[in-house]
Amino acid sequence: MNFDQLFSNFGDLSIQGLAQGAIYALFALGYTMVYGVLRLINFAHSEVFMVGTFGAIVVWNWLGLDQNSPVPALGPALLYLLVGLLAACLTSGVTAVVLERVAYRPLRKRNAPVLTFLITAIGASVVISEAVGIWSNRKPKAAPRLFTQHELFTVAGTTITNLQVFLVLLAVVLMIALDLFINRTRLGRGVRAIAQDPNTAALMGVNKDRVIALVFLLGGIMAGAAALMYNIKITGTHFFAGFDLGIKAFAAAVLGGIGNLRGALIGGLLLGMLEGWGSGLLGTQWTGVVAFVVLILILLFRPTGLLGESLGRSRA
Amino acid sequence: MTTIFERLRSGTDVVGDRWRSLPAPARWVSLIVVAVFFYALPNLAIPGLVTTETDWATTLFTVSYYVLLALGLNVVVGKAGMLDLGYVGFFALGAYTTALLSSPDSSLGTKWSWLATVPVAVAVVMVSGVLLGWPTLRLRGDYLAIVTLGFAEIIRVFATAKPELRGQRGFGEIPHPPGEKADGSPLFGVIDARPYYWLGLSLIILVIVAVRNLDRSRVGRAWVAVREDEEAAEAMGVPTFRFKLWAFAIGAAIGSLSGVMFAGQQGFINSRNFDLFFSILVLAGVVLGGSGNIVGVIVGGALIAYLPERLRGISIAGKDAFEYRFLFFGLILILVMIFRPQGLIPNRRRVQELKDREKEVTVGE
Repeated sequence: MNFDQLFSNFGDLSIQGLAQGAIYALFALGYTMVYGVLRLINFAHSEVFMVGTFGAIVVWNWLGLDQNSPVPALGPALLYLLVGLLAACLTSGVTAVVLERVAYRPLRKRNAPVLTFLITAIGASVVISEAVGIWSNRKPKAAPRLFTQHELFTVAGTTITNLQVFLVLLAVVLMIALDLFINRTRLGRGVRAIAQDPNTAALMGVNKDRVIALVFLLGGIMAGAAALMYNIKITGTHFFAGFDLGIKAFAAAVLGGIGNLRGALIGGLLLGMLEGWGSGLLGTQWTGVVAFVVLILILLFRPTGLLGESLGRSRA
Repeated sequence: MTTIFERLRSGTDVVGDRWRSLPAPARWVSLIVVAVFFYALPNLAIPGLVTTETDWATTLFTVSYYVLLALGLNVVVGKAGMLDLGYVGFFALGAYTTALLSSPDSSLGTKWSWLATVPVAVAVVMVSGVLLGWPTLRLRGDYLAIVTLGFAEIIRVFATAKPELRGQRGFGEIPHPPGEKADGSPLFGVIDARPYYWLGLSLIILVIVAVRNLDRSRVGRAWVAVREDEEAAEAMGVPTFRFKLWAFAIGAAIGSLSGVMFAGQQGFINSRNFDLFFSILVLAGVVLGGSGNIVGVIVGGALIAYLPERLRGISIAGKDAFEYRFLFFGLILILVMIFRPQGLIPNRRRVQELKDREKEVTVGE
């Protein structure tokens, strides 16, 4: 226990944690939304994210950017970022929808037990990660550098870099967009209806299959955005990247209250900070354990999470 | 199309019915014949069956500890219906306890013999199974899966990060099981893997007998009740939590036996022996074979250990078929769940449970 390390670097650890937590937050949305609608942990969501990280890098490589190319000017860099974002969202979104169609829908049709869903999800997760692993020869893939990290401003001795600001801002903006979509649009109303009571909603004319596909698509798109953020933060990816982060993102979703959109944001950012503090206190080799300990504690003492489980409204 | 799928799904189970209609002495005789065949297996070089790239006896030993793991996981997943994704954690814990107590690399410095570590390892793992189960078994099924996954991961991180557990350097010179041949040389050596396989096979038979007896007792009936409907079981006066804990602890103990055996054969373990894929592979075996059915999980566990070894040396698209093993087992998990969720050799009761659920009406599907 190194309390000195924790307190002397408290600000830095928190800010680094927030930047990491922004990725968890977007990633966690996929878990939370699918859970809200289907009451099922989509285990393969981690691979949906991983596919997105590869999608962005492959498209950048097509455009002639690789890890050796010089850092572009701000204008082109933003353009490249946007292209990367679209590529990652597209690959992740399509993967998620295909996954639902191929693996989950046949099970839903015959009202399979939860265990069956979970095992299928694990199978799908292994298939996707292994397919990418074989394709990439199990080697890491480096991402091009799109901007240089530099100090933006200093608050109370804590330096904040442009990358950190970008990550947190992107996460918050996308969160707000998704929240508006779910709460203000017609399609969003369908999602909330199915989350509240699938059978009644179906009787009222909501197309259940379409809503579920939509939920997977939205979760996939958010995971794609998280994948882009991961690419520029870590500057590279690996076919195994999804697993580790997936568990943490799931822990974030449970921390905020699984099934709760805003909870995912809060849970993600908070988990990131907790991890930052944990690494200061215990050393970086223990960072991985923090998420699990948080997860177990939350499940034991407040299983509904910080904000409660709800996608539509609070449920019994 | 549908008719094939329907037939695949319903599974007529002809062999099982024939078997159950045999008179008891005939069943005993055939069981003994089967056991003798398996004891003789390492000495039979059956063409096509024998692995070409790896030593046949070593492959059989690998199969035996996978089967043991599958039998243990079957108690948790197949009997009591709890999804444990961290099962390999118990295997690791068993192997590490043996290593810590017996290896000269251990800072404990006890240097026990292999046999002396067995009861301690099993006890340690059972206790840790209860300690893990106590808080987590109250959770819903899907949360339990994640928490157990976390448990296995924490064990792996501990093994990597704790200096006393030596990370990748691992523990060497773990003693082999005791025993001498007629000429005084040790029975369990380094080169000949056959004695280890026979040890594994004997343990498997013991575990089968134990699990079967439990299955036909009050405990087994309680497990079925918990699996089918936990609330109803609780309402009928079954102490569900206690029986779930029992299933967890018994499963853990069987897993630890496998780990202890593994450590005794390898003589060396490190933190890289126990990753998540291992857990998933064993789960794939249980599910593929038919969770809940002892013959089924034995076949499943044997297949997941045997097939990759058999496929070694065969090349697919420029890569060794061994490379594709996880992809292949992932696909099997999905296909089995979609087309034959009860597994290759299903548990009759389980088939009925799945059929019942299908009849429950849901709107809009």
